[in-house]
Amino acid sequence: MASSIRVRATSNGDITEVQTLIQHPMDTGLVKDAKGELIPAHYIQALKFACNGKDVFVANWGTAISKDPYVKFSFKGAKKGDDLKISWTDNKGGSDETTAKIA
Amino acid sequence: MTTHTGPHPTRRLILQGAVSVALIGLGNLPFAPVRAAANDKYPEAAFKLKNEADAIKALYGRTAEPSDKIKLDAPEIAENGGVVPISVATTLDKVTSISFFVAENPNALAASYTFPDGTIPAVANRLKMAKTSNMTAIVESDGKLYSATKEVKVTVGGCGG
Repeated sequence: MASSIRVRATSNGDITEVQTLIQHPMDTGLVKDAKGELIPAHYIQALKFACNGKDVFVANWGTAISKDPYVKFSFKGAKKGDDLKISWTDNKGGSDETTAKIA
Repeated sequence: MTTHTGPHPTRRLILQGAVSVALIGLGNLPFAPVRAAANDKYPEAAFKLKNEADAIKALYGRTAEPSDKIKLDAPEIAENGGVVPISVATTLDKVTSISFFVAENPNALAASYTFPDGTIPAVANRLKMAKTSNMTAIVESDGKLYSATKEVKVTVGGCGG
């Protein structure tokens, strides 16, 4: 299965800029479906980025994050070709991870 | 319980139980120091609170003061409350975390980001907003809390209502 995570990590000398899009419904648990039944909450709680064995960015999310979440940040200390590992876990125990090369 | 130092899932299950509070209190379990060092436990309680001030308190244990060194970038008017792009950047030093709160949402805390050494204290993401509300970014810098707030109007149906 294709990964739910899409990453673009670009190095600009010392600073690496990371943009991520994740496919996830991010259901709040407050919305009803077409039949009028409540859609249970289903959302990503933790998202982690690690580079060279060190966490570079950690996100803790609630239900207020938009569907198919997007996040952008930058960090120092990596170079082109380094691996960036991205992983998430959601409130139903689901998870996914991927590794991107810094370009 | 035995001295089982299993992989993460096991450890997390153990830690999640109410019993764990008492267990960690004993402080002689092999895994306790490992988890204590990593301050990355999901702040479940803070995400459940309705009121913004309560959520800030639950997450940080103190209150924030406004700062002009935080740049909160949010649209004046959002036509779709489901996707509101918000970004924050700050010139404050030693930033360890940045959190976003939407006062009028069912649960005020939207996101909390941790910044290890070497990560630039800026983040962009997209939030859901139930209705027109104040949006607050809290920046934890050198152990102190600073905030910036901006009102975002949500127009339902895109006709300025």
